[in-house]
Amino acid sequence: MNFNEPHIDYAGISPLIALTVGLCVVLLSGVFKPTKRWAPGLTTITLGATAGLLIWQWDDPKPLITGALRLDDLAISISLIAILTAAFCVALSLRERATEEAGSGEYHSLLLGSVLGMVLLAQATNLVTFFVALETLSIPLYILCATNLRREGSLESGLKYLIVGSIGSATLLYGMAFLYGGTGATNFGGIADGIARNGLDGDPLILIGIAMAAVGLAFKTSIAPFHQWTPDVYQGAPTPITAFMAVATKAAAFAVFLRFFDVALGSQLDDWQPALAALAAISILVGNVGALGQDSLKRLLGYSGVAQAGYMLGGVVVLSESGTSSLVFYLAAYAFMNLAAFSVIVARERETVFGDDIRAVRGLGAERPLLAWPLTISMLALAGLPATAGFIGKLYLIEALVEGDYTWLAVFIAVGTMISLAYYLRVVAAMWMRPETEAAPGARPVIAGASPEADPVDPEAGSRWYIAGPALLASAATVFFGVIPQPLVEFASHAGAALFS
Amino acid sequence: MSSVLLWAPLAFGLLGLFLPRRAAGPWAVLGTVVTLGVAIAIAVGFDNGTSSLQYAVDEPWISGLGVDYSLGVDGLNLFLILLTAVLWVGGVAFAAFREQRNAKTFYFLMLVAETATLGSFLAQDLLLFVLFFDLMLVPFYFLFGAWGIDRSAEGGTTAAAATLKMIVYTLIGSLLMLVAAIATGIIAADGGQLTFSIAALREQGLSHGSQQWIFWFFAAAFLVKMPAFLLHGWMPDAYRAAPLPALAVFSGVLAKVGAYGFLRVVLPLFPDATVEFQEVILLVALASILYGSVMAFTQTNVRLIAGYSSVAQLGFITAGIFALRADGSDGAVLQMVNHGLVVAPIFVIVALLVERTGSEDIREMGGLALRAPVLAALFLIVALATLAMPGSANFVGEFYILNGLFQAKIVFAFVAISGVAMSAYYALRLYQGAMHNRPASAQNQGLLSREIGFRDGLVLVPLVLCIIGLALYPQLILERTAPTVEQTVAKVRGGEAPEAQLASMSLEEKAEVESGALEIVP
Repeated sequence: MNFNEPHIDYAGISPLIALTVGLCVVLLSGVFKPTKRWAPGLTTITLGATAGLLIWQWDDPKPLITGALRLDDLAISISLIAILTAAFCVALSLRERATEEAGSGEYHSLLLGSVLGMVLLAQATNLVTFFVALETLSIPLYILCATNLRREGSLESGLKYLIVGSIGSATLLYGMAFLYGGTGATNFGGIADGIARNGLDGDPLILIGIAMAAVGLAFKTSIAPFHQWTPDVYQGAPTPITAFMAVATKAAAFAVFLRFFDVALGSQLDDWQPALAALAAISILVGNVGALGQDSLKRLLGYSGVAQAGYMLGGVVVLSESGTSSLVFYLAAYAFMNLAAFSVIVARERETVFGDDIRAVRGLGAERPLLAWPLTISMLALAGLPATAGFIGKLYLIEALVEGDYTWLAVFIAVGTMISLAYYLRVVAAMWMRPETEAAPGARPVIAGASPEADPVDPEAGSRWYIAGPALLASAATVFFGVIPQPLVEFASHAGAALFS
Repeated sequence: MSSVLLWAPLAFGLLGLFLPRRAAGPWAVLGTVVTLGVAIAIAVGFDNGTSSLQYAVDEPWISGLGVDYSLGVDGLNLFLILLTAVLWVGGVAFAAFREQRNAKTFYFLMLVAETATLGSFLAQDLLLFVLFFDLMLVPFYFLFGAWGIDRSAEGGTTAAAATLKMIVYTLIGSLLMLVAAIATGIIAADGGQLTFSIAALREQGLSHGSQQWIFWFFAAAFLVKMPAFLLHGWMPDAYRAAPLPALAVFSGVLAKVGAYGFLRVVLPLFPDATVEFQEVILLVALASILYGSVMAFTQTNVRLIAGYSSVAQLGFITAGIFALRADGSDGAVLQMVNHGLVVAPIFVIVALLVERTGSEDIREMGGLALRAPVLAALFLIVALATLAMPGSANFVGEFYILNGLFQAKIVFAFVAISGVAMSAYYALRLYQGAMHNRPASAQNQGLLSREIGFRDGLVLVPLVLCIIGLALYPQLILERTAPTVEQTVAKVRGGEAPEAQLASMSLEEKAEVESGALEIVP
């Protein structure tokens, strides 16, 4: 009997290997006292190495592990967005109370685990890898949300995310079972063939499968009406984790959304296209209206994320090269915009007694321009005003939508953007047009026996390099890609071409 | 050259952020003066015999999306660019002579606003135009909101609320315009090479059905910006909240971008829809004239008198454009410049009056003319220009507009004429109330009445000189705008530009054409 050694493309899976090794090293570093302080550094090195290996594979699409994964420019670009976000998260987590409470090694290795799930998910072309990657991504996040061990909100957030996330995963798994039952294949390509071969075009079995898979993914990307967990979880989780979750999870889930619906279900376009378009419209409406009354900045960004997910879903709906490119562009822009905002929120959480309440940023414009500008740019960009990456992203998306004959959805995006101005500009107005709130930042509340939890941790947080740096970097990138978008457009069009040529 | 003009203010603004606080004001003035110099150089080198673009710049900007960085100057925008440059010098200089809170950011935003405004005039790519059109709003949002006046004590709104209202109103229009602009490009390309160049889109043309809805998306954006009747809801609060130097340039220039948009974008790209909806827009224009005039002579707040008079004046301009005749549009372009030149000094004078009387209520002013004769004389010139006194350039502008309107839609013209009469009333009421009469309240009497200072005179006198200069020689504008305007209007009327005919005519015939006595039949 002959044993054929399977061909293993080590170059292709090198990013995964790097992440896994890094994860173990970081976890071990947390065990020993002298190495404990190294965890953030080691995590950053791992992320940097992975990013380097991914860039090395740029523009060299190939299937991996007998077609279970596919490393192409779409996967790489999404992975890079996730890694960038994780790197920001590491910087913002320095001196974060959650890091110390959960243990620095554990915290960072969980973060790397989640990134590993995202990198896998972006490459998944098989139902099995798809699901395994999704769980690898989610389970560390459930724990990370709850790492602020002594805050009730954080524990609640972790538990809520666990339950809702599990429902999402279960729904998705059930949907996959239908698709597998109908087509007998787990490969995305095999599913498409199976549908054609078995004459399952428009068959209820397939339609139920598609619907449940879409619902499962909608949970992950927080698309209304499956978004209810978003504001609560965002608010309760430690802010660096919220930032990571808001951006990276969305990016990875949208990557598989695109791949799954294009490769496996492309033939059923007529059935799912209107349904997804309706979901996008609902999401835009619900997210924007929901954000209007929010006083907590993290909740506000949560609802805004729901609306933004609605915009981005438009890129999936049209199922075209320009749709995919515009989605990747928007995800990259979204990463910069959100990271700038969350960096400032982290700073103000540590400096003031107001936490993430909008009062924490009042009067920031006159008092701390270096913190106010990043948040201002971020809000203007999220609202889609020109000279920011947000404007170009919207332009790109709308162009893809009009090309794909979904002009009504483009108009919907415009309408949603108008509503969104009311709450984004409220934050801007709080910074620039209102006097500072009574209690000066850094002043401690005069309550006898107040718990140290309520105190500002670090009245100088906003001037620290690891917070001010990310804030300025992300906002500078937002403006840069708003004025000179060409590099990012090319980056995104590579991703689009990966799926459609 | 166009690029230098466009980016000079921004460059000065950015550098100004690194200067010491006290230098920020003079530096900003220098920036606007340099920009004005470039604008004048462009105007001097302008060839007025052609309707084609001059000083054109055309580079791909986002090649994947078909967006070009495309600028150019022609008869439509030449004088609006000059107007922008002139008014910004005035506005910034006026501000620089006074103490500003957070001065560096203030001047930075003023200069960003200038770049954005110049950009929307210069842009020859539809998406670039939309981008600058939206961008204009951002600096003014901060200027009005953070440096504005809180009116909540007098039962009004806070500055932040007023500007939020303004930005939501205007962006409703401009966001829909973004969708419409993209749709225009994609529908016109019809699967081919995607371009948003206005000139290319004009050649490609759109189907009648697409033009109909796209027309309204654009019209909404432009009419809100003006503002036109029914879409002016943001105007009173924003005008009451705004800091006066910013308001002078805002009212003087930004409102014109709306009218300019009709000429630059709507008429050439959507000619069928323009003809189809001509009367609807004319109705809106007439309503603006009547409503603006009536409101202007019932208001007592001087800012609002000026604000509502702008509504009326822009109604005139819109009516001139939608006469869809060369003389009407010629008059509209002239009138845009005229109105910018009168409304900005009015706001400067308002600021001076407020400094002297401590009130913005016209009933509490008065009696200044005796103590400040020079200020009164300057104000009189401006007021007479506002009411389009024969001899002023405004008279020529309104004459052209009405001439065009008479020949196009005589009924509308009759109604529009009443606006001329009403403008005399509100302009004189403003002047008399502020300058003549007796001071209403005793404590104001004589206390703060004083002559205009040298430095404010430095701001006001050149603006008034511009008004006088144009009054003496309105041909300066008309002969440069005419070829482009005729080409624009010819597109709507289904013919080619009558340039060839013009070129073959004698000078007397040309004069006749320009005065409307002789008509060119395409």
